[in-house]
Amino acid sequence: MPAAYDTILASERRSKSRQAGLVSLVVAACIAAFAATGFFDARRFIEGGPAIAQLASEMFPPDFSRWQRWLKPLLDTLAMSIAGTAFAFVLSLPLAVFAARNTSPHPVVYHVARTLLAALRSVPELILGVLFVAAVGFGALPGVLALGFHSIGMVGKFFAEAIEHVDPKPIEAARASGATSFQVIAHAVLPQVLPQLADIAVYRWEYHFRASTVLGIVGAGGIGFELMGALRLIAYDQVSAILLSILACVIIVDAVGAALRKALK
Amino acid sequence: MLSIDNVTVRYANRVTALQSVKANFVANDFTVLLGASGAGKSTLLRCLNGLVRPSEGTIRDGRGQSIFASNKALRRHRRATGMVFQQHHLIGRLTALQNVLTGRLSYHSAFRTLFGMPPRDKSIGLECLEQVGLLDRALHRADQLSGGQQQRVGIARAMAQQPRIILADEPVASLDPASADQVMGLLRAIARQHGLTVIVSLHQVELARRYADRIIGVSSGRIVFDGRPSTLLPAGLDKIYGTTAPDQSKITEAA
Repeated sequence: MPAAYDTILASERRSKSRQAGLVSLVVAACIAAFAATGFFDARRFIEGGPAIAQLASEMFPPDFSRWQRWLKPLLDTLAMSIAGTAFAFVLSLPLAVFAARNTSPHPVVYHVARTLLAALRSVPELILGVLFVAAVGFGALPGVLALGFHSIGMVGKFFAEAIEHVDPKPIEAARASGATSFQVIAHAVLPQVLPQLADIAVYRWEYHFRASTVLGIVGAGGIGFELMGALRLIAYDQVSAILLSILACVIIVDAVGAALRKALK
Repeated sequence: MLSIDNVTVRYANRVTALQSVKANFVANDFTVLLGASGAGKSTLLRCLNGLVRPSEGTIRDGRGQSIFASNKALRRHRRATGMVFQQHHLIGRLTALQNVLTGRLSYHSAFRTLFGMPPRDKSIGLECLEQVGLLDRALHRADQLSGGQQQRVGIARAMAQQPRIILADEPVASLDPASADQVMGLLRAIARQHGLTVIVSLHQVELARRYADRIIGVSSGRIVFDGRPSTLLPAGLDKIYGTTAPDQSKITEAA
């Protein structure tokens, strides 16, 4: 093997071992995190086994006798997820345009928009749910607001990232033809990202359906409210029946979502 | 070395991309497939390594065996066939050497390739980079190389397979004239040096004349010219690029 090859391979080995050092640091951090959270405490897992088995046996067989009472809450949950998605979509679109480096009118606007999105995202929807229940009362409405506001932060960030990754060439072409900034965004940026936006919105809708079941726990309506009721009564066979109903709905929602995404390509 | 045995390709939308095409390719020969876009060059090239399966007819290797005889036969044929693509098809964040080494994958088991390539393969990879004049760029990320350099990495990757055949699909379509010349010259030099069968699709007549030992003209899915560059006269060019394509009723333009 020529000497030049050896030099190249030696230099490659050096950069490989630097990478290996970085990877082992990450692995060490993961192991430390497991240790700090008691994951390596075998005794707790061994003691937890029988408790889980006890709960599982009480959950079986699922008791579907009250299914007629769950239909309306399930529909409420569905409505909450759709309304929450639409709310987040409409509000996050303008925010995303301000929060994308390539479409933001000014660096200050960019940072304000980014910070606002981060702030919305950092408040968990469960906390927002508690606040909105206190503000507008029980029911599906606080659920929609909680999902919607939290999702603006999430969806807005995804939208902004999609906008930042658009191909700059059509933007240049639109600018070159004398288009205003608004026209550039509407006619050169949006057509490129629309399929991605639709994709993100549909994913978010699927997520909202699952998240809105949890929101019921704090009184924000839907099937989660029924789930909480069954848990309070320690009626684990009804809990498992409700969980199975939710699972069935999630499967349907995901299938509809996948079909929608395909249609919007 | 490689023969096309009465191949017809019809796509699912009933577009006929190739119509009863016959041709033989020999070793140590540089063939250019010439034709307008949509004439069927890409389909023909992709048939030659089995990426497109003919609706009728077949492709035969040097021993006269159909390359579609079995999955194993197809993989063996593909290993002996290096492919160079128009858009280079490199992984931008990997080094030039790492990209070239993907050409060695078919020589090892999937499990073995998870733990890096053996030194012998790395040495082959570096030899290939040296042949395309990029040894000093071996550890540069592919996306930091110029278009012409990226295409040369693509050629080095094909060479790393130690193939008997190299297929290049419009390898210079996205390059400037100087880089295009360099890449074409490199392909011809490699064909000579290793006695390979090289088949390149092009749409520029000039480049074809300058580099080819043999030109095959393709129009509307048929071979309309097959001969040495010096025998390609204006009448032949008319057949390849002519506005009045023969038999429009039977043949539709394919993508």
